[in-house]
Amino acid sequence: MDMAEARKADSLKSARYERLRLLARSWTFMIGLIIVLFWAGCALFGSALVPQDPFNGDLLNTLAPPSADNWFGTDQLGRDVFSRVIVGARDILTVAPLATILGTILGTTLGLITGYFRGLVDESISRVIDAILALPLVIIALMSLVALGTSNTTVVIVIGVFFAPIVARTVRSAVLSERELDYVAAAQLRGENAFYIMFAEILPNIVPPILVESTVRLGYAIFTVATLSFIGFGIQPPSPDWGLAVSESYGLINGGYWWTVMFDACAIASLVVGVNLVADGIQGALES
Amino acid sequence: MSFSRLLLKRLLLSVVTLWLLSLIVFAGAQLLPGDVGRAILGPLADARAVANLNHQLGADRPLIVQYLDWIGHFVIGDMSMSYTFRSPVAPFIINAMLNSLKLAAVAFALVVPLGIGGGVWAALHVGRPLDRLISVIGLSATVLPEFVTGIVLIMIFGVWLDWLPITATAPADADPFTQVYYLLLPSLPLVFVLFGYIARMARAGTIEALDADYTRTAVLKGLPRRTVLWRHVLRNALLPTITVIATQMGYLIGGLVVVEVLFHYEGIGSLIYIAARGKDFPMLEAGILSIGIVYTFATLAADLLYSALNPRIRFGAVE
Repeated sequence: MDMAEARKADSLKSARYERLRLLARSWTFMIGLIIVLFWAGCALFGSALVPQDPFNGDLLNTLAPPSADNWFGTDQLGRDVFSRVIVGARDILTVAPLATILGTILGTTLGLITGYFRGLVDESISRVIDAILALPLVIIALMSLVALGTSNTTVVIVIGVFFAPIVARTVRSAVLSERELDYVAAAQLRGENAFYIMFAEILPNIVPPILVESTVRLGYAIFTVATLSFIGFGIQPPSPDWGLAVSESYGLINGGYWWTVMFDACAIASLVVGVNLVADGIQGALES
Repeated sequence: MSFSRLLLKRLLLSVVTLWLLSLIVFAGAQLLPGDVGRAILGPLADARAVANLNHQLGADRPLIVQYLDWIGHFVIGDMSMSYTFRSPVAPFIINAMLNSLKLAAVAFALVVPLGIGGGVWAALHVGRPLDRLISVIGLSATVLPEFVTGIVLIMIFGVWLDWLPITATAPADADPFTQVYYLLLPSLPLVFVLFGYIARMARAGTIEALDADYTRTAVLKGLPRRTVLWRHVLRNALLPTITVIATQMGYLIGGLVVVEVLFHYEGIGSLIYIAARGKDFPMLEAGILSIGIVYTFATLAADLLYSALNPRIRFGAVE
């Protein structure tokens, strides 16, 4: 490696280090990260750590208020709400990230193709994207899940597929400005084929906007999965999922059994806000 | 480009969007289940019963015929028969749309002044704690699912404080004020979601306008602060906000499903929910396509309003 190259690699490394330092100094990002890591830990190890069985309840001890035995009380089947809230992180933190990954992969491919080829391909795909975006995600996902049948797999596929056009839009606009640069022209003159140029030349240079887009998408994925579970088309019983727990118990709050839904609601709220704080921090660091 | 040509172009694009949307909805409801009769009757049903039902529903015809038949009738306002209610779909859709419109109107009446006010206020105090507070509240409120804020609001205002009714439907023959009173609590989750978007746009627009040359000129020629703000800053600052408000219509409608289910309100969202639960495909298709139509025309109207209010576009200075 000659001197110039070494210096370039060095400055790249220090820029990356600078960004990380900036992130670590942002207290909103750190709070978000701690919340997300906490719930990720619950999703991975929760079932081994919880004090009681989240699936089988004590039928003689239903709807008990919070106490020393049941920190968050028990639900209508006598199941310990605390244990259920901890283990409830698992399904949503499996489904939402997988949907986000699927959406990012599909959307990046679509965005590279539409941005690179432009013309008729771009024009027609963009119209279809506009049509899909004319419907709220929850509604179009609801329709597809009715038709496909609801399971964790179909929820991942449906949300991933409908995220793709949104991701594609961001990637496309990044590709449009990137393809005018000299290195693309150089690759074309070398006679590289289009797919090599798209995936090996352009893609590595547009990673930052894709990263930002996918963290923002993760927030929306959690929002959407929780909402779908609440209306019965997301994660299915007997999972202790939070959205599902709220939908099973919200009729009870009128009778004063607030603990059956309030802890689950707070869990969803903290996770969604946490992911968005992280996304906001990453966006701020990459754009500074 | 002249304004009438712009209008024509946008209108044509909207029609193309709606046509594609109808294809997507048709594909979603007719192709994805594979076998409509089987999807309705379940996996244990007799094959002859399934074939019989498919024949009755016309689902055994070629797809292109089914699509043309469906969309042809839809265009003239005939949305075919509901599987569940055994009666025409259209009256259900119209009634539910009107109810949802009431709920949306209450939410908009609350959130537009709040969002714009909050955004402008934050912009005038940019960098101060109040600005940060409005931004953080806006960001957090926007990302929370409606049912989460809804549950917390029901708990606080409906159960503990007992200030507001927790069902959205007022007693029959209630006067408009009572109806609005019943819709207050259900509209709040929607207000939460929209507040952040609108406030953020209003804030950004105001900051930009405060920085512009025309504002400096207005200040330097000695106009009172109030006049500068109202006649020079806000007029320019709030233009992009109009577009954002209209595009948020779509998210608003998405949120309606959850809010209407949570508060037991008979709007288009709960109608779609009921249709989805009962695999009532004609009702589902009609409801979803109607939402698409409302959304497309709301964005179109906002686009045109924006162009009409923006003299640079109106006089063809920029495209």
